[in-house]
Amino acid sequence: MAELNEQLLRSIITEVVAEMSTKKEEQKISFKETPNETETTSDWFKVIGEAKAGSSRDEVVIAVAPAFAESQTTNIVGIPHKEIIRQIIAGIEEEGLKARIVKVYRSSDVAFVGVEGDHLSGSGVAVAIQSKGTAIIHQKDLQPLSNLELFPQAPLITLETYRAIGKNAAKYAKGESPNPVPMMNDQMARPKYQALSALLHIKETKHVVIGKLAVEIAVTF
Amino acid sequence: MKSKRFEALAKRPVNQDGFVDEWVDEGLIAMQSPNDPTASLKIENGEVVELDGKTKEQFDLIDSYIARYGINLERAEEVMGISSKELAQKIVDPNISREEIVELTTAATPAKLNEVVGYMNVVEMMMAVQKMRARRRPTTQSHVTNLRDNPVQIAADAAEGALRGFDEQETTVAVARYAPLNAISIMVGSQTGRPGVITQCSLEEATELDLGMRGFTAYAETISVYGTEQVFTDGDDTPWSKGFLASCYASRGLKMRFTSGTGSEVQMGYAEGKSMLYLETRCIYLTKAAGVQGLQNGSISCIGVPGAVPSGIRAVLAENLIAMLLDLEVASGNDQTFSHSDIRRTARLLMQFLPGTDYISSGYSATPNYDNMFAGSNFDADDFDDYNILQRDLRVDGGLRPVKEEEVVAIRNKAARALQGMFEKLGLPKITDEEVQAATYARGSEDMPARDMVADIKAAEDLLARGTTGLDLVKSLATSGYEDIAESVLNLLKQRVAGDFLQTSSIFDKEWHVISAINDKNDYAGPGTGYRLEGAEWEKVKAIPNAINPKDI
Repeated sequence: MAELNEQLLRSIITEVVAEMSTKKEEQKISFKETPNETETTSDWFKVIGEAKAGSSRDEVVIAVAPAFAESQTTNIVGIPHKEIIRQIIAGIEEEGLKARIVKVYRSSDVAFVGVEGDHLSGSGVAVAIQSKGTAIIHQKDLQPLSNLELFPQAPLITLETYRAIGKNAAKYAKGESPNPVPMMNDQMARPKYQALSALLHIKETKHVVIGKLAVEIAVTF
Repeated sequence: MKSKRFEALAKRPVNQDGFVDEWVDEGLIAMQSPNDPTASLKIENGEVVELDGKTKEQFDLIDSYIARYGINLERAEEVMGISSKELAQKIVDPNISREEIVELTTAATPAKLNEVVGYMNVVEMMMAVQKMRARRRPTTQSHVTNLRDNPVQIAADAAEGALRGFDEQETTVAVARYAPLNAISIMVGSQTGRPGVITQCSLEEATELDLGMRGFTAYAETISVYGTEQVFTDGDDTPWSKGFLASCYASRGLKMRFTSGTGSEVQMGYAEGKSMLYLETRCIYLTKAAGVQGLQNGSISCIGVPGAVPSGIRAVLAENLIAMLLDLEVASGNDQTFSHSDIRRTARLLMQFLPGTDYISSGYSATPNYDNMFAGSNFDADDFDDYNILQRDLRVDGGLRPVKEEEVVAIRNKAARALQGMFEKLGLPKITDEEVQAATYARGSEDMPARDMVADIKAAEDLLARGTTGLDLVKSLATSGYEDIAESVLNLLKQRVAGDFLQTSSIFDKEWHVISAINDKNDYAGPGTGYRLEGAEWEKVKAIPNAINPKDI
């Protein structure tokens, strides 16, 4: 009998421990701010013409990849593109700067989207974002594959982080040296998401148009 | 009703992994896609006019480069006449020497070797790897990074890593502008742990070269090549520009290897419908054609892609083997997290661990994975004891050795103190005694006090602007009382003048002797030959601290 009780106790402990660890796992990849509504139309996101190089030094360009807010409308973990853009803009405006949004067609590579963005940006600073959510802060005088800050693990980027990215980009544009946005790392993001990420990226890359100039975007929230 | 058994299975770690079905048209297929070309070769007046089903006029940049520089044409027609199955059998046969095989395989085309490995199962591939790796003695490489780019922790972790047996150590950055500090911290830490361990800092290519030229690193491997023209040119590159970059390293006496891996072209969206392995084979040929001594491959950062499709982990072993068949040094992956399942990640490791490669892992995380800024490795610091016991169970040399806690604590402390002294002499932001103490006993960055990152970044930029070089590191170490470490850093700089470590598969022993595929050539020829874990090294592997000594009872 005693043995049975011990076994029972063991199995209960194991179960509780297992449940605790799975709960922890779930928390890692969930986003508390994720709203339930998913955007299906892009009424809020309109092309208004060819993107021109900006001359005002108080602007930060947000450059989005070819499928953004059109054929794809959420990032890899389902955060709507509309919310992402809203938060990046809010971050930039908090620092008293203006955000201007462009869509890049020539590449779906986040670094090269960033390079096209920072060449259009009056301040020389751009935030680039892929449809799956990967983001970068890039500045005009940097090598394409270098960066001010890079956020390679899209599944970990929360809306708060997107806002912080906008804020830091604006600080760089003002010539400040902000503390980098705290880096997040989840070693299990790759096993869980890489194949999905490849699928999303293949789909985005199908919207690349070689030689097509970037366009100016107007957003309404 | 739900089945209780399925409910339990669904909770297993392996079911957290992402899996996808093959998508042949987009290249989401590991090996032998129906779209892979059939091997062919035509030579006219010493020039390749047809390669793997394409005529000269149809060549893209990669085909042209391989056709001009990548194939030994002398025996090519003869080799192309041997059936792929027969070639596969010769490669696995221990009675046919490595030299003889290399003569044949370096005269074959990419599609030919792609076909050849298709005849092998993983056990045959492991047999082939055991014979075909370039250096007789296998070893392994580490990653030393942390979430906050804390330099003191990097130095301490590098010292421990060197003590545990890593012959090469690699760092990278969480924030790109920290690079110079990370590079010098891993260098000082490694030379403290064991003189002769060489170090690198994985970065954007121009910055990486700059740090190497200054003497802040001793080798490089983040020079990526890709198997389709579109992915290549998307990165503003061509095979020629990569070849030029390789020559820049050679000209400064720095060791370097290229990096490639299955899945990268699919990951970047341009796979032309070919199998991952065929595209990777093109990368391996590009490396050979550029005259580079070695390659880091085995999917690397894209492991989640082949890992998600059928036969993917077999393809990853096949790509390591093809690099060996082209007589290249191979740093064989096992460097990135690929599964939630301990069973799956161990099975993936064994493919390279059992036969032995030049570097079994091209980034075993010497920190806990939460600090691994390559987004986690297949094995990490928390797995050290498992790894040591695997070596002991199977009598396999995986490159690591058991260590004692007091030795580790002492060496971590020395490295942190040396870095403290060096930072002071170089006018870099102060390293406090509290940080030294924390780094001595830390498991990871959670145990480290925070540093002023803005001040560190400014100092890092200033260090470069001032024109600081490796010699300044030597001076500042010597004047702060660490002459032994200063001498090791100086030795590294001297070795760049001698250049012997540019030979294939080179590492240094603690007396700074080069061990390479030239003087330690793999001579495996069946049972009882080749490298065996024996003598003093086997005694070290046997001596795990937690084994009960029968005499004590």
